[in-house]
Amino acid sequence: MRYLPLTETDRQAMLAAIGVQDTDALFRDVPKAARRDAPVDLPHHASEMEVEARFIAMAGKNLSAGCAPFFLGAGAYRHHVPATVDALIQRGEFLTSYTPYQPEVAQGTLQYLFEFQTQVALITGMEVANASMYDCATACAEAAAMAARITKRKKVILSGDLHPHYRSVTASTLQFTDIEVEALDPDPLGMEDLIGRVNGSTACVIVQNPSFFGRLKDLKALADECHAEGALLVVAVAEPVSLGLIASPGEMGADIVVAEGQAIGNALNFGGPGLGLFATRDKYLRQMPGRLVGQTADVDGRRGWVLTLSTREQHIRREKATSNICTNSGLCALAFSIHMTLLGEEGFTKLARLNHAKAVQLAESLAKVKGVKILSQSFFNEFAITLPKPAAEVVEALAKKGILAGVPASRFYPSYPELAEVLLVTATETNSEADIAAFAKALNEVL
Amino acid sequence: MSKTYFTEEHEWISVDGDIGTVGITDYAQHALGDIVFAELPAIGAAATKGKEIAVVESVKAASDVYSPVTGEVTGSNSAVADQPGLINESPEENGWFFKIRLSNAADLDGLMDRAAYDAFLKGLE
Repeated sequence: MRYLPLTETDRQAMLAAIGVQDTDALFRDVPKAARRDAPVDLPHHASEMEVEARFIAMAGKNLSAGCAPFFLGAGAYRHHVPATVDALIQRGEFLTSYTPYQPEVAQGTLQYLFEFQTQVALITGMEVANASMYDCATACAEAAAMAARITKRKKVILSGDLHPHYRSVTASTLQFTDIEVEALDPDPLGMEDLIGRVNGSTACVIVQNPSFFGRLKDLKALADECHAEGALLVVAVAEPVSLGLIASPGEMGADIVVAEGQAIGNALNFGGPGLGLFATRDKYLRQMPGRLVGQTADVDGRRGWVLTLSTREQHIRREKATSNICTNSGLCALAFSIHMTLLGEEGFTKLARLNHAKAVQLAESLAKVKGVKILSQSFFNEFAITLPKPAAEVVEALAKKGILAGVPASRFYPSYPELAEVLLVTATETNSEADIAAFAKALNEVL
Repeated sequence: MSKTYFTEEHEWISVDGDIGTVGITDYAQHALGDIVFAELPAIGAAATKGKEIAVVESVKAASDVYSPVTGEVTGSNSAVADQPGLINESPEENGWFFKIRLSNAADLDGLMDRAAYDAFLKGLE
């Protein structure tokens, strides 16, 4: 079969059939000014070798995460991904399989998703987790909608500590529903009063821990206040490695936990794809969006897996479904699950401790640089600092010295001049002592 | 003495004084197949004639249950919540969904009696 089936003869035959002179006549209704009268100026075809050389030259302009001391976070975290993860997820059975619409013949897929769900429930301190969402931002929006369904209330409060991407995706997703979003201003110092805002019309409060600015929070009092008012507490986690060390959202009283799973088993990949984690309490199970794998037994009593409670989902329940999501980020979930399995409970805790230790080391080194102030009182592996100059300029200057220094808050909040000098910096197990020393030295030079 | 009425959505309501007991018909449970979950209204909830008030899920589908009358929910069947299969076994007796205090007895006027419902089912075949 020809790959391009339309010959000039085919085209003429079709035009003749509909009584049109030439293809241009089909575009008569497009105003002339909007029409292109010359071909698009694209380069001619090139050989494979030429294309490769050209792309290598283009890639060479990047200063990539693995090639320089790297301190960026702000929602995407660089961790070591063991080679085993890639080797396993690239097996054809995993790599090419789609969401298991015929679940009984996809036992392997269902088994790893079941294990993934178990891991997510364990680290978030919740009772049940789904087989993943697209990313934390969309999971946040789903959590808000779910809270509105459960409470039959229409107002969600977004903490100023919430990642600005999560906040904007949540607001965009809900803008054509009857759910009202109250988004608070960015809060680098943790001064906002959420407890005072919760009342009998609140469906949920969404907070992030550690906060976007790195601060760790005790959410117990907020959870109690939410529950006293009949509202739900939704906790977003951008850096899931933190859960190896700090009290889980479940322990602090969260009703729904959403998280970005990228940091475990998944590389930075230029910002995507992400992996949304979503967990909740058993009593809210039927209002939860997304795929859910359950364990069962076959007629001979052997262990097996099924897609369960599918009646919540749109392929069965159509417009009454809990969500439009009817799939999951399977391959990223698998990578997460393999990495978690390799780490084990002890390894996960060790990894978290190592991250925190590196961040403390980084904070101590940076605090010694003249003009630098550490803003976050408590943190996990990421914290905010203030600089005596606009952070974006400092980051540019450091990039020229071969240091990827962090994420300026102004990148997310260009309209808040008070945040212009705030820089978010992260240290993980991938940062060596030499990296940290190089950062402090270079920072000293550019300030 | 109670009297039972039926809707075209396959709910039944058995009325005694101003209290009605509501469930789904044998035809409905048969069409749904094995029922695995029923979401019942809370006591005190306001029901509106023709509007969804409960959900019933089977292995095949999830369906809304519509209230045959307007009124206030006065009871729900915990036996069904614990053991949804009861709806398959005894749809028009032990498998009832909820009780409702009718706001307006005239709501019953448009509903079918047993004979009319049986004829309605014949028409669906």
